[in-house]
Parts: sequence; structure tokens; C-alpha cells
Amino acid sequence: MWGIIKQKLGARGLSAPVFGDCMHRLRPMASAIRRYSSATKQMTVRDALNSALDEEMAADSDVFLMGEEVGEYQGAYKISKGLLDKYGSERVVDTPITEAGFTGIGVGAAYHGLKPVVEFMTFNFAMQAIDQIINSAAKTNYMSAGKINVPIVFRGPNGPAAGVGAQHSQCYGAWYGSVPGLKVLVPYSSEDARGLLKAAIRDPDPVVFLENEMLYGESFPVSTEALDSSFSLPIGKAKIEREGKDVTITAFSKMVGYALKAAEILEKEGINAEVINLRSIRPLDRATINASVRKTNRLVTVEEGFPQHGVGAEICATVVEDSFNYLDTPVERIAGADVPTPYAANLERLAFPQIEDVVRAAKRTCCRSVPMAANV
Amino acid sequence: MAFAGAKIIQPSLPLIHTTTRSPDNTLLSDPSFLSSPFLGSTRTLRLTQSISPAQRRSASPVVAVSDVFKEKKLKSNTNLLLTKEEGLQVYEDMILGRAFEDMCAQMYYRGKMFGFVHLYNGQEAVSSGFIKLLKKEDSVVSTYRDHVHALSKGVPARAVMSELFGKKTGCCRGQGGSMHMFSAEHNVLGGFAFIGEGIPVATGAAFASKYRREVLKEADCDHVTLAFFGDGTCNNGQFFECLNMAALWKLPIIFVVENNLWAIGMSHLRSTSDPEIWKKGPAFGMPGVHVDGMDVLKVREVAKEAIGRARRGEGPTLVECETYRFRGHSLADPDELRDPAEKARYAARDPITALKKYLIESKLANEAELKAIEKKIDEVVEDAVEFADESPAPSRSQLLENVFADPRGFGIGPDGSYRCEDPKFTQGTAQV
Repeated sequence: MWGIIKQKLGARGLSAPVFGDCMHRLRPMASAIRRYSSATKQMTVRDALNSALDEEMAADSDVFLMGEEVGEYQGAYKISKGLLDKYGSERVVDTPITEAGFTGIGVGAAYHGLKPVVEFMTFNFAMQAIDQIINSAAKTNYMSAGKINVPIVFRGPNGPAAGVGAQHSQCYGAWYGSVPGLKVLVPYSSEDARGLLKAAIRDPDPVVFLENEMLYGESFPVSTEALDSSFSLPIGKAKIEREGKDVTITAFSKMVGYALKAAEILEKEGINAEVINLRSIRPLDRATINASVRKTNRLVTVEEGFPQHGVGAEICATVVEDSFNYLDTPVERIAGADVPTPYAANLERLAFPQIEDVVRAAKRTCCRSVPMAANV
Repeated sequence: MAFAGAKIIQPSLPLIHTTTRSPDNTLLSDPSFLSSPFLGSTRTLRLTQSISPAQRRSASPVVAVSDVFKEKKLKSNTNLLLTKEEGLQVYEDMILGRAFEDMCAQMYYRGKMFGFVHLYNGQEAVSSGFIKLLKKEDSVVSTYRDHVHALSKGVPARAVMSELFGKKTGCCRGQGGSMHMFSAEHNVLGGFAFIGEGIPVATGAAFASKYRREVLKEADCDHVTLAFFGDGTCNNGQFFECLNMAALWKLPIIFVVENNLWAIGMSHLRSTSDPEIWKKGPAFGMPGVHVDGMDVLKVREVAKEAIGRARRGEGPTLVECETYRFRGHSLADPDELRDPAEKARYAARDPITALKKYLIESKLANEAELKAIEKKIDEVVEDAVEFADESPAPSRSQLLENVFADPRGFGIGPDGSYRCEDPKFTQGTAQV
């Protein structure tokens, strides 16, 4: 399984870091955690995003949507279905295929207090507009000494899709996650999608909102609270999707589903895994991650992005910095293969984490024997 | 009268005429064009000689425009009037731009400012000619050569100088710097250091004006945006992308090209297939205007028309101001590629000297009045330097401030709880 990067952070041999105020930093923010357990209804991620956009546009006429095919075509992935009819072409703006241009237009409109939602047909295309996202949006509040803020949302599908080859298939979480001035959100479920998108639109700063094409059609239970038009989720707060005591598995977007499935398999083998849905790449909820690792003493990070300087690398760093002495075994980092995404179905499968990879890694951290072949 | 002293093209005009035109009537063989300021560049002749018949033919649509222009010119009154107050205001603004930039050079060499500092000397007619016609609510988007645009828009010299010194009293508290002047109060929406980066932002500001008027029903929102950029930018994608959308959506924006003929060391004529940038306006369905950017009166007249058009909701205009920078690209540029003869030719057409001559000859002002302005500006600039020098450096704590508008960042409110848990947050009324 060479496609999977298994990175062990060898803790042994390093001098113990000074802990200082790390307990202080880790003070649990339990009061902020809400649970929405009264699930009553199923909703697809697509409908969750659509309803969130709809409600925010209804509530605030400063909010408008722009991008390719968002209007008459009803969205390349139908996320904006019905919005053109409801809000008109002035607020659901079909743009030419001109990423740098329309992204910058959104940014400029946000300078003047409007709240644009810029849809990228996929985040791969946003590479042509990354100058506008990073230079024009993320840095402006700082450069203008807080006088010009940029309340904009950049959203669209991110991450590997199926069979679309190298240019259409990669995760930008770590890219945007390294930029000061951006907030980067990564919804998994329908509740995430609704709550985070609404929070993103209401936020006064630029938010990169990374959806996943493969999840759009997936249904999730949603609570009554999550269906309320006032619902929103805190930016920068992870969610413990499944409590456990033996190993912490962190994941975001589609990988949360994989981690949960892996946890079910592990359960049968007597390993009780805790699954953390990051929800936000930046800010990263270091407190929740570290608190969990201090409880389970083991960590597996899962992401589809490239391994080097990835989200997993950052999580490893924070755990080594803050919870080094709590680790019983080396951290396992599972990421996409360090190659451009291949086209052939079998190679593509090898290039991205699979449920069995998560299971194997978790077992390794728990010192359960794993066939040697898995390490190849 | 409109656009006198400039070539103008209305989008629908040329194609009708040109199918029957013979190649002999091409623009480059048009005597009126040969006398155009483009020849100020020593490289032009080479280009003229090497042009192929095919290229000549492709240039022919524009000839119709020259005819339109000539007709207009014949009818127009060449006495470009401005009142005494306007004349003195523009003169003062140009003097301020020049004196301020000269002082910047001094301060840079004395180590008071650092990094890249791009000076505006020679191009003052464009900034003053356009920006002095704006209202406070109108926006200006600039490039890395942005000090003078900010000054023209009313940002105090003290605030700009202090920013350049990297001081807390600067217009961005020292967090922006030479290439990033912002002033929300004056609607200076930034100096953008990347080529073409500011154009979409400016187009977005214009989009916001239209949105406010048409969607938010703010009937009095007639604000316009000026996007300033150079000749080098006109080969960049963002320029074309935004000309398209601005014309498509009839946005209240004026694309002001400050064609100083050189993109650092790359001659405009060596980098651009068709060096007449203004012709790209009609290609996108908006007027394209070419104006002598060394003549503030001509610039002002063109600007008036274009700004009026935008304000009336009639859409964007592309204005090519042919100008020249009297200094290198930045203070770090040895400026070895530009022909001294070319520099001398433009130096002889100094826009400030020309305005001074006009003001005196037309008896709008006398020597003494202009001297008084120069003296006043010297004092303003001296004062700005003193102010900047004495101002404190940003405090250490400032490093981590202003990354987010959200005061604590990350959606956490002043009381330490998540902002989304505040009921006012969901109602959109929470204090941010």
C-alpha cells in the first residue's frame, strides 16, 4: 500500500518540551459544545447548502451569489437550485468563465460592505484566482489597519473527485489553511453544511468553504434545531462525532465518514476509537484535539490532501508541542499519496486513504499486530 | 465638445465603415496619427517599419474613429476652460504630488523608508486630472505607484508619509506600506502590488454601487470607481476579464491606463501586439479614449465625460492616458534602458510646467499666486516628514491585531463565548 503515507513522528530521543501553560491553553470549552441529538429528518448535503444560502439571502439583501452557472443552469452541482427564480439575476449573478475577474469583483464588492458568496465550479479553478483570495481578500483587513474588512465566502467542491484526473482532483485545505486572514471550513454532514455556511456568510472576514462533490448527494439526519433559520455553528470548533477511549482519529470532510466506518470495524475488534470532525481547518481546534489525545494517548490523522505540510502534519505538530508526554505510541498520519492524482480507477483508489488504511493505522497505534504487507 | 483633444470611438461605429476601406488608409499612415504622442517613444519607428500589410489591414477599423474624432475636433472649442479655483486646485494637487514624491526619494536614500518605493513624477496630470473631479464617496483603486492617488483623493500628506516611514500614525498604522495605501474614509481601496490585481477589486467596487442602487434601492448611490493601472497591466488577463464584465453589466467604472510606455524595462511597443490600448475599449463594447496624459486640461475633459457617463449609469469607459515617468520604475531601478533622448523629450513636456504656462497665459493666475502655492506645499511636505519622523513606531501588540475584523478572530465574541450563540448574531445585529 505505497499510496498511503505513514508518517511516524518519532518522539523518542527528543528532549521533553517545556509544558508551561499548556494545561491553561487546553482548558476545555465545554460550555460551547452544543449537541443536536434530536435527529428527526434526513437531508442531503446539497439541500443543506441550498437551504442555508436561501435563508441567508432572504435574511440579508447584502448577500448575493456569483459564479459560473449559478443562475440559469441552477448550479453546476445544483447547489443554487431555485435561487435565481427567487432572488433574480441581480443577486444570483451568472458570470463568464473568468475566475480571477469575478473573484476580484466579489472581493471589491465586499470592501463596500456587501456579502458576496463566490461559487467556484470546483476549487481547482480557484487556482486562477488565488491572487484575489489571498492578496486582495485575506490581507486587506490587516493592510488597512482594520479599516476595510472583507465579508466574503468562497465556496465550492474541493478534494478528490472520481476519475477526473490530476487537475480536477486535489484538496486545498492545507493551502488555504496556511494563510493568515482566512478562515477555512470543511463541512462533513448536512448539519455541518448548514451551520457552517450560515456562520461563514454572517462572518465579517473572508471564509474559504471547502465542500466535497462526493458528499453532495449523501443524506444525513438533521435535528430540528439545525433546520431553524437561525441555526449556525461556531467557526473554529471541532465536533466529536464519536466518543472513544483508545485512539483519537481526526478527519475532515469526506474522511469523517471513513473514520466513522473504521471506528465501527475497530469496535468489533475491541478498539474504542474517538472520531473528531475538524469542521474548521483554520482556526484549528487545537484544544479539542489535544484534550482527546490526552484521553486516548494515541492519534491517527486522516486527510485526502498531499502529505507534506498537510493538515495532518499541523495536527501532529500541535500534539507534539502540547501533549507530547501523553502519547503512548508514535502518531500515524494518513494522507493522499505524494503524486498528482492518477486517472486509472485502481491507481486512483491507491492514491487516497481507504477505510482499511484507517483501521490498520489505528491498530498499529494500539500495538495490535498488523500484517507486514500493510507497511509496504 | 465631448472628448476634444482625444480620440474617441463609440462601440458600434467602426465596423460599418471599415469593410470598404483600403489598406492605404490605415491608421499608421494617417498623418494625424503620426503626430500623436506615441512617437515620443524612440521605439515607435521600428514598429512602424516592421508592420505587415495584414497588420495594417487589421488596424483599419480604427480609422473610422479618427474621422469621427477629427470631425468632433473641428466642431469643438479648443479653449479648454476651467475656473480659477479649479485651476489653482489642480495646480496645487500636482505640485503636492511632485514635491511629495521628490521628498520620498530623499527620505528613501536617507533610510527613512524601505523596500520598494515607486514614484509618480511626470504622471501628475492623470491623478489630478481624474481624481479631483470625484466625490468623497467615489472610489479609487491604485497600484504599487499609489502615493499620489491617495493624496489626490484627500488622504493627508502626514498620513501617507507616516505610512511610508512605517509609523503608527500612518494611514494604515504602518501595516500597509508604500505599495498598499488604504483609506476607508477617503474610499482609497488600496494600492495593489500585483499587476492586474486591483482591476477586479475596482470592478467589484463598481458592482457594489450598482447593487446598492438597483437591489438595495439606494437611489442616490451614483458612486463611481476609478481603476488606475499601467500599460504593462493591459496584457494581463484580469484586465480583459474585467473590461468584459464591466461592459456586460454596465458598471460605473473608468479604467484609467497610465501608459508611461515602460513596464520596468520592457518597452510597451516591444510587449504589446497592438500598442494602442484605447482600442480595446470598443472591442468590449465600451468607449475607448486616447488622451495626452501630459496635459491635465485634456485629461480633465476626458475624465469629466467618462465620470459623467459612469454616474449616469451608462457604463464604463477605457481611457488611455499617454504619459511618462520621470524616474525609474522604482527607486531601486537603475533605469538604463530608456533612451536619454526619449526622457528629454518628455521632460520638456512636464505637465506641471504646461499647466503653469496655461494658467498664466490665460490670466487665471499670476506668478505670485502660483509661488504661494508652491511655498505652501513645501511646508506641507516638510511638516509631513517632521510628523512622520516624530511619530512612534507601531507597538509590539499591533503585530497580531487586525488579522480579522472579528475582534477575537474565529467567531468568538467579546465575552469569550462563540458569537453564533449570541442571539443577535443570528439576527445579524451583533457587534462585530
